[in-house]
Amino acid sequence: MNTIESIIDAVYQGQRISAESAEILYHNGPLLTLANLADHIRYKKHPDPVITFVVDRNINYTNVCISKCKFCAFCRPLAHEDAYVISKEVLDQKIQETIDLGGTQILLQGGLNPDLPFSYYLDLLSHIKQKYDIHIHGFSPPEIEHMANISGLSLRETIKQLKYAGLDSIPGGGAEILVDQVRCHVSPNKCDSKTWLTIMETAHELGLPSSATMMFGHIETPTQIVTHMMRIRELQDKTSGFTAFIPWSFQPDNTHIHVRKATAWQYLRVLALSRIVLDNIANIQASWVTQGDKVAQLALSFGANDLGSTMIEENVVAATGVHFRLSKKDMIRLIHTAGLKAAQRNCTYDILQWLS
Amino acid sequence: MILSFKDKQLYAIKEKIETNTRLERTDGITLYNTNDLIGVGALADFVRRKRHGNKTYFVYNQHINYTNICKNRCLFCAFARDRYEKGAYIYSVDQVREILTQNKRSHLKEIHMVGGIHPNAPFEYYLDLLKTIRDVCPDVHIKAFTAVEIDHFSTISKLSLSETIKELKQAGLDMVPGGGSEVMSDRVHGELFPKKIHRKRWAEVMKAVHAEGLTSNATMLYGHIETIEERIDHFIQLRDIQDETNGFTAFIPLAFHSENTKLSHIAPTSAYLDLKTTAIARLMLDNFDHIKAYWVMLGEKLAQIAQTFGADDLDGTIIEEKITHSAGAKSSKGLTRDQLMHMIRSAGFEPEERDAFYQPVRNNE
Repeated sequence: MNTIESIIDAVYQGQRISAESAEILYHNGPLLTLANLADHIRYKKHPDPVITFVVDRNINYTNVCISKCKFCAFCRPLAHEDAYVISKEVLDQKIQETIDLGGTQILLQGGLNPDLPFSYYLDLLSHIKQKYDIHIHGFSPPEIEHMANISGLSLRETIKQLKYAGLDSIPGGGAEILVDQVRCHVSPNKCDSKTWLTIMETAHELGLPSSATMMFGHIETPTQIVTHMMRIRELQDKTSGFTAFIPWSFQPDNTHIHVRKATAWQYLRVLALSRIVLDNIANIQASWVTQGDKVAQLALSFGANDLGSTMIEENVVAATGVHFRLSKKDMIRLIHTAGLKAAQRNCTYDILQWLS
Repeated sequence: MILSFKDKQLYAIKEKIETNTRLERTDGITLYNTNDLIGVGALADFVRRKRHGNKTYFVYNQHINYTNICKNRCLFCAFARDRYEKGAYIYSVDQVREILTQNKRSHLKEIHMVGGIHPNAPFEYYLDLLKTIRDVCPDVHIKAFTAVEIDHFSTISKLSLSETIKELKQAGLDMVPGGGSEVMSDRVHGELFPKKIHRKRWAEVMKAVHAEGLTSNATMLYGHIETIEERIDHFIQLRDIQDETNGFTAFIPLAFHSENTKLSHIAPTSAYLDLKTTAIARLMLDNFDHIKAYWVMLGEKLAQIAQTFGADDLDGTIIEEKITHSAGAKSSKGLTRDQLMHMIRSAGFEPEERDAFYQPVRNNE
């Protein structure tokens, strides 16, 4: 019997949830019950009441993008007056600042710029690695597909060369909702869901870990949210290469999708469901960038065990007019006032430093 | 309720709640000290649903702050000005008339009017404010003047409390807001608001208000220097008054905003403290009908979540909030009815538009 009670009971006992049951739970589980289940699972996985985060900076090497996703407020066409490709001087300065602020990694992402050859990316990586001792978390699957297209190399060969040039891990962006029916509306020119998953699978096989994200709160249905989670779970069963899952809600201002912003209520439900469904992913991140510090703190009771990063610089969400800022000090306070311990981690979730 | 409490101490409190046993001071302290936020929420949600089911109330209201000139100068306030200070203002009766007639809002059900303790304005001024509002908006309920202001009126008019309240009532006052008690602790009073009336006087005024047949709200300003024990004692003092008069309608926890105050070094309240305070208020104040999530101070996102942490009321549209925004609040200055109803519906609750007395309002739209 697939009643809500039996589902809740099965999850509580530690059983894996089916797509059908996940959807029933999403629709009918009271918010605090979802939190209760998610929190229960979180503490089984991580018995220590610790919340981690990484100190890093987003570096967007270009805002020129041919993808033209409807949810994006950051991209510019090639000839636009605001179009840019980062110079080495600015790049170096940004990395040095990150290191000076105790940062251990950079998140290197950009648009699908038709003017940049594959050598640009390899050169970017080896330049950084030669000068700095810093972890490069870079190039989401749509960028890797784009590089494969311009280089004429296979996906595997493209990733191999990136790794050889210095890439350490891959961010989970560009997943949006991993259902092509949704993608062909919101991001028609971006890689399809199968390619996204293949790139991640290949990267994991080549020893590059990655995160996975989900952007919800636009045109998707709850069934599609669950499908997305199931696809991530299946791949993780095969590769164990995902370090974390990060759901975040679409920010509609300055974009071409006109919907009401997802509420905090919906965000917390999706977050808790992520923890419940993704029983094979160790870390679930709260998104303070889209939710603000108060809801991010609550997320720590709804299944999240990580606050992502301090993001010394963030441009993409900021382009939608959402400007939540959180200093390292504020982040620690947020963790402590929730009665939890704070720690700075690296990209693979090893604790570097306890913070008081 | 929920499957299991992370903090096993909560089972004993659950037992009390299910058997309608009044919580004690020590229970309140346990609830504040626990890290089991979801457990505390579940307890409060149980009580909230027993009283109000799936309904969340809201009101189409408007705030009027008639003056920011105030001789009390409490340390936590960013709104008050001295009489000749830059930015000081006092509305004339005509200005208030103009504010109300400028944008006549057909849905308007409640005016919330409070102001500073002005050193010179005569009692007649306040009566005229009420009469003017009554004249412009005959069908709107006037909720105005905290206990602090009423005490001041009694001093300047040389009337007894009950006569003062009678006059206000005659001029149009329908209900009294809950501000001015801050935290009912002698220590906090001495440190933060020594010039404002003492908690005993606040209770006296409220009892007199209730004795004249007017209802009122009650509040607590939390998140500054007060201790957990002081918060719980505040709840118990309110609960005792309510046992005596039954005149309180709603309790509203007020999250302290420190920007531009003399306490600007104090960090903003955490979401945990905000939701715990809402929930513990619901649990301790067993003789109060309503617990409000005041979105101006909580922010819209947290106010929405507070609906499952004991709150059954989201206050209202407000239109031009001044006091908390002087202290750096990042929330909107007003919300539309549509936005409020969306906050309620998208959380699975049923919006119930009300008047000041929690009577349902029928809107012909």
